[in-house]
Amino acid sequence: MTAISPAADRAATRETSIAIAEARARARLRRRHALVIGLRFAILIVFLGLWELGADYNIIDPFFFASPSGIWEQIWSWITEGTSQGPLWLQIYVTLEETFLGFVIGALGGIAAGIILGRNRLLADVFSIYIKIANSVPRVVLGSVFIIALGLGMASKVALAVVMVFFVVFANAFQGVREADRAMIANAQILGASPFQITRTVIIPSAMSWILASLHVSFGFALVGAVVGEFLGAKQGMGLLISTAQGAFNANGVFAAMIILAVMALVVEFIITRFENYVVKWRPAPFNEQGA
Amino acid sequence: MQLQTMAAQKLSPAAPPADAAIAIDDVTLRFVTPDGHMMTAIRDFTMTVARGEFACVVGPTGCGKSTTLNLVTGLLRPTTGNVRVMGNPVTDISRDIGFVFQADALFPWRSVIDNVAAGPLYRGTPKAEAYDKARDWIARVGLARFEKHYPHQLSGGMRKRVALAQTFINQPKILLMDEPFSALDMQTRTAMQDELLGLWSEQKSSVVFVTHDLEEAVALADKVYVLTAGPGTVKSVYRIDLPRPRVMADIRYDPKFVEIAKVIWNDLREEVQLGQSRGLQTGH
Repeated sequence: MTAISPAADRAATRETSIAIAEARARARLRRRHALVIGLRFAILIVFLGLWELGADYNIIDPFFFASPSGIWEQIWSWITEGTSQGPLWLQIYVTLEETFLGFVIGALGGIAAGIILGRNRLLADVFSIYIKIANSVPRVVLGSVFIIALGLGMASKVALAVVMVFFVVFANAFQGVREADRAMIANAQILGASPFQITRTVIIPSAMSWILASLHVSFGFALVGAVVGEFLGAKQGMGLLISTAQGAFNANGVFAAMIILAVMALVVEFIITRFENYVVKWRPAPFNEQGA
Repeated sequence: MQLQTMAAQKLSPAAPPADAAIAIDDVTLRFVTPDGHMMTAIRDFTMTVARGEFACVVGPTGCGKSTTLNLVTGLLRPTTGNVRVMGNPVTDISRDIGFVFQADALFPWRSVIDNVAAGPLYRGTPKAEAYDKARDWIARVGLARFEKHYPHQLSGGMRKRVALAQTFINQPKILLMDEPFSALDMQTRTAMQDELLGLWSEQKSSVVFVTHDLEEAVALADKVYVLTAGPGTVKSVYRIDLPRPRVMADIRYDPKFVEIAKVIWNDLREEVQLGQSRGLQTGH
């Protein structure tokens, strides 16, 4: 048997050729990234352009379907002159406040209930039927109940947002607790963990990815709850703005409010994603190089 | 050839002595399956592990090997018979016990050092002391450079080293191992076996090591229990008198080792065949 060693002089040329190949691959990745961004912008411009042209030539009736320039003018006038209910910022602030309160209360309640029922078989078996029943009620209808009971103020919108969020987060937290790895729990138990320590150090962290996934969806639900609540009866907020615009046959107003809500949702979604990456930094990065 | 002249000495099962580290005395375990049938996991099972002894349990798939370990932890209670650990009946999970699992049971959201420190922290050791101890144990299993890594950043062998450190840091008098190295490749497994024997000889713990790999059992153990196809009971017990310290990479070429493995395999083979033919009949 002879051991084979590579010729040393070949190593240098091999290194330079690797460097060239790497540079080429990087350039290719950059070009592709630019292409994706460019195509995204192109689609947006074509879409808005066709809409605007269609409205100009009356193919799309701007009275019913608005037009990009009309929507922009509406947003601009809301920003500079305020809305009929007061400054735009106040409307955004009111809706966001209701959404956040509903989101936080609903999420905390959902997580707590999910963990308690997930850890206790008897409670889970007893309450599962009631949760199913409560979950099958179309929750938007509860908005009317809340407005009758809690009035036109903030409380009724927060309550609606809470019920919208609670069930989604509860279901996920419950599932996450149930899926916690048996071996991992047994391991903690044998290492000396008390039931409370197991819940805190094993159950909650392993349910965390389930819970975080539900937070993404449920923030949208909280926003829907707040806006629908305002829609049904309110003195302030984006939902009232939409409802007023609808009453005045102001299509531009409806679209403008919708776009503002979408921007709000996207900003918060971004913040939740950052939070998620911070909380579950132990997870392997799906596409990036590991350990970088 | 006489069995007594060889290194593998067949023992006759006897009632366990009072001072044994682990004494499982004539235990039968039945449980009711979710569809309402009575299943017997193990029957008339007797096993003794003396203090500082390394016992291996081999047997065909599904014969209740892991069940024996769970009887010792107290996670399962015997239907009849009794189990004693360090002379006391098993009531709760004992602080003297350490358990290494077949599957990865590390906490993936904790770094290596946080994983290893978990045991002392659960048991109320002050934080600084727990982390000092953890650092020491990580160094002992050769992972000092990886304290801050998360489990997913480590290889399978390195994760097993972390699991060993996590278990040994509690200095268990009883060490239970459920096919801990079965998912590792050959070279890594050999290295881990050496690592385990090293740690064990320092700690003097009593070990029950469950495996389906007879050669692994013979290489590691003082005593090998061969179980019958399920419901499992002890078919025979062999004392392995190979000298220690043993080197895993070499021992499998030792003629004495080969001879012992052959003798025990003859005993085990029919059970394995029985287990497999039953598995085919019932579709498991």
